[in-house]
Amino acid sequence: MIPSKFDYIKASSVDQAIELLDQHGWEAKILAGGHSLIPAMKLRLNNPSILIDISGIGELNSITEQGDEIHIGANCTHKAIANSDLVQKHLGLLADAANTIGDIQIRNRGTLGGSLAHADPSADYPAVVLACDATIEVQGKNGVRSVAATDFFQGTFTTALEGDEIITSIRFPKVSQGNYQKFYQSASRFAVVGVAVVKDGNDVRVGVTGVSDAPYRATAVEEAYTGNADAAEHAVDGVEVMSDHFADSDYRAHLARVFVRRALEA
Amino acid sequence: MKISIKVNGVSHSHDIEPRISLAQYLREELQLTGTHIGCDTSGCGSCTILIDGDAVKSCTVLAVQADGCEVTTIEGMANGSGMHPIQEAFKEHHGLQCGFCTPGMVMTAAEIIKANPNPTEAEIRDGLKGNFCRCTGYHNIVKSIQHAAEQIQS
Ligand SMILES: Cc1cc2nc3c(=O)[nH]c(=O)nc-3n(C[C@H](O)[C@H](O)[C@H](O)COP(=O)(O)OP(=O)(O)OC[C@H]3O[C@@H](n4cnc5c(N)ncnc54)[C@H](O)[C@@H]3O)c2cc1C
Ligand code: FES
Ligand code: FES
Repeated sequence: MIPSKFDYIKASSVDQAIELLDQHGWEAKILAGGHSLIPAMKLRLNNPSILIDISGIGELNSITEQGDEIHIGANCTHKAIANSDLVQKHLGLLADAANTIGDIQIRNRGTLGGSLAHADPSADYPAVVLACDATIEVQGKNGVRSVAATDFFQGTFTTALEGDEIITSIRFPKVSQGNYQKFYQSASRFAVVGVAVVKDGNDVRVGVTGVSDAPYRATAVEEAYTGNADAAEHAVDGVEVMSDHFADSDYRAHLARVFVRRALEA
Repeated sequence: MKISIKVNGVSHSHDIEPRISLAQYLREELQLTGTHIGCDTSGCGSCTILIDGDAVKSCTVLAVQADGCEVTTIEGMANGSGMHPIQEAFKEHHGLQCGFCTPGMVMTAAEIIKANPNPTEAEIRDGLKGNFCRCTGYHNIVKSIQHAAEQIQS
């Protein structure tokens, strides 16, 4: 399978990538690891006429500690995140989630920025980004802005990114107690249901992916939680639950309650 | 677009269309047909090669993305006439039947053993999540990789 014709430009800086995006509008697409975009282009579901490869932009590749936060560049691969000492120490649930993605080969190429921008409703990172209350740093022709995780995901393959914007980094507050629980699609290893929990005493934040057309904070669980995992019964309150050949909506709702419970108890 | 790639230690330059996958480039331009294309959709792992030492599915990498990189394919594993210890182990322990998946298995095994020189059976099985075999039932593949790891360590 061969995609439609396109031009390929390797950007050497964030500014150049944004200029190219602005110049070519919706005809252009950013290429990071390519492990969502290239399969879609081969199936001709996506036919950009220009690919702007950002993988060579070194400044998008760092993982640093900044006070109470860990900053992770958009281009960091799943493998780099899973293996990072800083991530393992301060964001154990993110390292664990990264390690559940696909397989070795996918983790060697796929990136954090690419996964968030793609916004697959079954992707793993969104649950963690929500539970951590992370901030997505984006840059466009009008400068930089910070988007709260809760404002970023808008629906299937839809985010708060404007056409001329790219994700540059994600700022995660350090987490002392948290975990990620996942029910795998057995072939692709995407999440049928993925639940991230971050705890601070009886305060809890719960991020859920795979269940609805967009990942969400299970606020009904968060409000009901007073130290008892029975709060998991509220996992899909007010949520329109997806149905597909992996799991119909009743089964998915059941899985969501079970995996929220496991994450609260872990 | 002009690209320069070092494959199995040999430098190559070609003018290619950006939409050509690395797997296609290796097979059709360089005639390195040991890299197999099974699914062409990033599912089966038979096209696995190493880019700068990392195992990747070459059907899902554009050749232009590998510009300036060092690529190792199954043809680059043997050292002169001697096979690589992973290849020897697959032969010795019947790690293949039809052999279609084998190049990808060997390349993924190289990364599994590099990251973890003494992998357990469970770690090997986990490492092979992205490689499908329709023949062997995996048992002898796992055994081959276990023996290869021991051989490389000794
Ligand atoms: C076989 C297989 C199994 C997988 N299993 C899982 C899984 O279990 N869990 C999971 O979560 N994911 C899974 N994935 C998806 C994988 O994690 C992708 O790598 C990831 O979703 C996209 O990252 P990428 O760097 O490859 O992005 P690309 O494919 O390069 O880009 C994806 C999209 O994001 C845009 N983009 C990329 N970077 C940026 C940026 N910095 N700013 C703005 N836009 C950007 C691109 O324009 C494109 O629209 C799997 C993929 C495959 C092929
Ligand atoms: S041919 Fe590349 S993964 Fe199947
Ligand atoms: S030996 Fe035939 S597919 Fe693996």
